[in-house]
Amino acid sequence: MRRCPNRGPEGDEPVKVVVCVKYVPDAQSQRTFSADHTAERASVDGLLSELDEYAVEEALTIAEDAGEGQVIVLTMGPEEAATAIKKSLQMGAHEGVHINDEAIAGSDSIATSLVLAAAVGKLGEDEPVDLVLTGLASTDAVMSVVPAMLAERLGLPQVTFASELTVQDGAVTIRRDGDVASETIRASLPAVVSVTDQINEPRYPSFKGIMAAKKKPVQTWSLADLGVDAGQVGLDAAWTRVVSVDEAPPRSQGEIVTDEGQGGRALADFLTARKFA
Amino acid sequence: MSEVLVLVDHVDGTVRKTTAEMLTAARRLGEPSAVFVGSPDEQARADLARFGAVKIYRVEAAEVSEHLVAPTAEVLAHLVAQTAPTAVLIASSSEGKEIAGRLAIKIGSGLVTDAVDLEPGQDGVLVTKAAFAGSYVTVCTVTSGVPVLTVKPNSVTAQEAAVEEPVEEQVETDISTQARAAQVIQRETRKASGRPALNEAAIVVSGGRGTGGDFGPVEAFADHLGAAVGASRAAVDAGWYPHSNQVGQTGVSVSPQLYVAAGISGAVQHRAGMQTSKTVVAVNKDAEAPIFDMVDFGVVGDLFTILPDAVEKLSE
Repeated sequence: MRRCPNRGPEGDEPVKVVVCVKYVPDAQSQRTFSADHTAERASVDGLLSELDEYAVEEALTIAEDAGEGQVIVLTMGPEEAATAIKKSLQMGAHEGVHINDEAIAGSDSIATSLVLAAAVGKLGEDEPVDLVLTGLASTDAVMSVVPAMLAERLGLPQVTFASELTVQDGAVTIRRDGDVASETIRASLPAVVSVTDQINEPRYPSFKGIMAAKKKPVQTWSLADLGVDAGQVGLDAAWTRVVSVDEAPPRSQGEIVTDEGQGGRALADFLTARKFA
Repeated sequence: MSEVLVLVDHVDGTVRKTTAEMLTAARRLGEPSAVFVGSPDEQARADLARFGAVKIYRVEAAEVSEHLVAPTAEVLAHLVAQTAPTAVLIASSSEGKEIAGRLAIKIGSGLVTDAVDLEPGQDGVLVTKAAFAGSYVTVCTVTSGVPVLTVKPNSVTAQEAAVEEPVEEQVETDISTQARAAQVIQRETRKASGRPALNEAAIVVSGGRGTGGDFGPVEAFADHLGAAVGASRAAVDAGWYPHSNQVGQTGVSVSPQLYVAAGISGAVQHRAGMQTSKTVVAVNKDAEAPIFDMVDFGVVGDLFTILPDAVEKLSE
């Protein structure tokens, strides 16, 4: 069960959650690269990264369970990235922040975490942020490193890959399933938390939610608003450089047999011929 | 020759295959130094020496393993400052990538995750990785600081290059209060299945929706080949197999010598986790299943008869 995070001594202040989301090219479409070796975004439909929906859902649940809460959805990207904020607002987030600045294009994870950390800092100026939530990875770059980098930059505890999450008594406790062990991890708030697709079932925006989203506030910030130097972000400032991009040699379709009683034998023969058995 | 730091991937002291692969890759760039969090026993020392570790840095474990990733990143940052290495190699697990991410920020270095190949280049290390669910191959270099690279298991073939007596050094470093903020309060090592670990197995046999929840034939077939067992997201979501066995974008990413997909249609989500497999075989009732577009060998038919028949033929 989740309860109010008990921020003050009275323990009944509203919870403030920032959810970082990404606008990505649709994974179902034909994704390609541009001449500058960045992901080509213009020709492909974009959307809220599917894995971020779990973070939005979890933020809404935490706020609902706390009784009173504020969920702010934060994204950085071009004009179209507003789509990701819109979807999150339709799901129920209360307000949006869109960092839109030409200098951002081509930013790597290092620069992304720099900008997001500055934005979280700004959002916490009046009322401190209790939780920064993210998905487990974007569906385009799939690095899964930004949450750890955000924690590093913000100096906050990192509580990542949560498949279960509880917020109680000013602390967050999660279950993290690694490849060899399952761990229970606990940290006091504020903290940076990433959630997996095992944690919940994201809600669909209701008609009411869709209508309500139109009236929700969305702020647009530039790098200057955040006090981030444009020279620190974007493609030219990236600490890595892509030397070449090639289409992977297409996997040519091999032999396909239709089983008419001999399918098992055919499979055994293939494995034997290739020395797998 | 300058050092290349390799963070040893081990389970309770047993050095994993990924470490041998990283040491092999590290030798192309310089002299491998293994960073071992914990106390390596005789066997672990021998394994590291066998694959060319010239040096072994031992790091006191208690403080480090009771907290999530941050202390390990601090230790590595300390070692980078001390040794000025050519690169730092870390296994591409979720934990490894997070350690790498934090380290990169600490030392002002570029980071490349999920490397499938590394070689020295004129402007630094050339790192090969796959993009967009394996449909592209990209080569990158790191332009700032000491390259921090995470290496995908099963991508580099481990080759022995024995070092007689690696130099050992105890690393003394204080872990900051901040790095201790996220505390591991309980750890449950998964029960050994008796099968190889999914992300380092040479053969993986996975079951999907087509199993209808009965993984019996998939497991029997896997056991006959000495393979690990995987599952598609559909099978995991249906509660038929544990999430820890899920192959795909939101599960484990595998690149074995042989991948067998049984009753799996082959959605983008799944292909992202297995597309770099060397040989792909599929068994599926549906001749139109997209998985057949990328197989080396496929059988259109019922896995419940084909897999047991194949085991029987192979046993003859």
